[in-house]
Amino acid sequence: MEQIVVNGLYLGAQYALIALGLTLIFSLMNVMNFAHGQMYVLGGFVTYTAVSQFDIPFFIALIISGLTLAIVGALIEKFLFRPVIKKSKRDESTMLLAAGIGFFLDSIILLLFGEKQRGVPKIVDGVFNWDFKIIMPYDRIVIGLIAIAMIITFMLIMHYSKAGRAMRALAQDKVAATLMGVDVDRYQMIGFALGAMLAGVVGGLLVSITGINLGMGGPTSTKAFIMIMIGGAGVIPGAIAGGFILGMMESVGLSVLSEYGDITYLLIFASLMIFLAIRPHGLMGKPWG
Amino acid sequence: MNNKILSRVAIFAIAVYILVPLFITLTGRLDFYYTLTSVALLSISSAGVWLTFYIGRINIGQGAYSLAGGYASAILITQYGFSFWSTLPLAGLFCAALSVVIGLPILRLRGVYFAMVTLILTEVMRLTALALPITHGAKGITSLPLPGSLELFGITLIPDFATLENPKIAFYIMAITLMIIVYAVLWRIVNSRLGHLCRSLQQNEELASSIGVNTTYLRVLTYSISSFFGGIAGASFVAITQSVYPSSFQVADSINFMLNCFLGGLGYVFGPMLGTLMLYFGWDLLFTIGQYQMLVYSSLLIILMLFLPNGMLSLLDRKENR
Repeated sequence: MEQIVVNGLYLGAQYALIALGLTLIFSLMNVMNFAHGQMYVLGGFVTYTAVSQFDIPFFIALIISGLTLAIVGALIEKFLFRPVIKKSKRDESTMLLAAGIGFFLDSIILLLFGEKQRGVPKIVDGVFNWDFKIIMPYDRIVIGLIAIAMIITFMLIMHYSKAGRAMRALAQDKVAATLMGVDVDRYQMIGFALGAMLAGVVGGLLVSITGINLGMGGPTSTKAFIMIMIGGAGVIPGAIAGGFILGMMESVGLSVLSEYGDITYLLIFASLMIFLAIRPHGLMGKPWG
Repeated sequence: MNNKILSRVAIFAIAVYILVPLFITLTGRLDFYYTLTSVALLSISSAGVWLTFYIGRINIGQGAYSLAGGYASAILITQYGFSFWSTLPLAGLFCAALSVVIGLPILRLRGVYFAMVTLILTEVMRLTALALPITHGAKGITSLPLPGSLELFGITLIPDFATLENPKIAFYIMAITLMIIVYAVLWRIVNSRLGHLCRSLQQNEELASSIGVNTTYLRVLTYSISSFFGGIAGASFVAITQSVYPSSFQVADSINFMLNCFLGGLGYVFGPMLGTLMLYFGWDLLFTIGQYQMLVYSSLLIILMLFLPNGMLSLLDRKENR
């Protein structure tokens, strides 16, 4: 039982980081970023390349992949999403753009890094063993702690920095924030870059444990969508809650239901649909977000 | 006005029934038959998605109904001995009934929430098909017979596909005919009282319901029509490939149906048809450039979106404004 809880926490910490980026982008721009999973895969491959080709230490590689993705995200926002949002008649048109960017990143990854599964050596050796109740490799613990530390840092930035306050104001009410002198274009770009950076860092973290391959992008996006729906789209604490809830459900489901075959996800999806029918805007979302 | 529409329909019919087969025989590219059949069937599914867009909902779950329709048709044919032609409407009705049950709770959701629930619905359908015994899990249902003959009062309306020299042409004509019927129905819906009511839902649901529009009924009705389209498209697709697997229609297909609508233009009835043609045919034509296929295709999508964010058919708008 303890093992299941620890596994769930570890999964949840990573999931929450992915969901945070997605929900930040959604709250600022009302864009469902279908390319989020691909950004995460790209981050993983950047870390892999930095570590294995250029012998850069893992933690610096992590920062490099975060920065790379932040730049990619900022460029995507400035040159693709911004003009389309301004010109299109309906908000949803950005979905086609986001899907197109997803395909584009997929093909870039395929051409640059190939389709093989890639991984980097473990960062810490050894296994933590507490009386055979909890068995956890040290590297997973380190990764989980880094993820939690990043979530806390992100929350602090959003609460106490000037940029964070501006972004929260934009998420609450765009018109009012603009009237108060918040530079919408600038903070949307920063927000998108920040969201992409988070995706890149998670990708980098995971490459040391499970490795990464081209096909992981789409499923990751779907999972991230589920998380932000559990918590409520566009709400930052909701994304964190959703990430931990999904991580826990997956961990419990995979160990309890293992004898019935592959029905964990069927149950998760079915219960999610029932949950949303009862509570249409998630745990903490705004109505009709 | 009516004459104009009739002549346009006539031109379109001549083009698809006579000119396209002529072109294909002249160039010898017989594989185009299969491509165009797929385009016609996928555009029927996309028509359903477009109809849900019309009431202001983003539907990324059409793949679920196509899969359900495909399985309904396949199971009826193999286990209960129905003929393909009778399963076609039955598969549609099955999906419509299913969508009423599913739609009643989830149609209360709006915006991204509805979009994401429908996205998950596709995945649920795939996992259900994997788990249920009647669908044979991952093995799927294979070696379905070709559609038989259809007779009415002793007159053969449609010959047995298996006796035909080239069933591909028969499938092509069947798919095109279905597509024309579906788009005629869609056009009729949009230009009727129901269409006006749907537009009122798209603009403001609270306002519509405050002046006495039964929003719940309308939402479920349009959603079930949309799923009916998805079901018949799925059933015909299964008849062509003669097999159905849980992976026949998946999340990627659902997303493609939605993209077809965006690409063609959400404000135009024939948008999804054009969008499907461009997306599917474009992907096929780009096959020749090998590994750069995806790169060029996605770049084209992005460029199209940058310059025509309201869909291809918005080009027509500009001309009229000038």
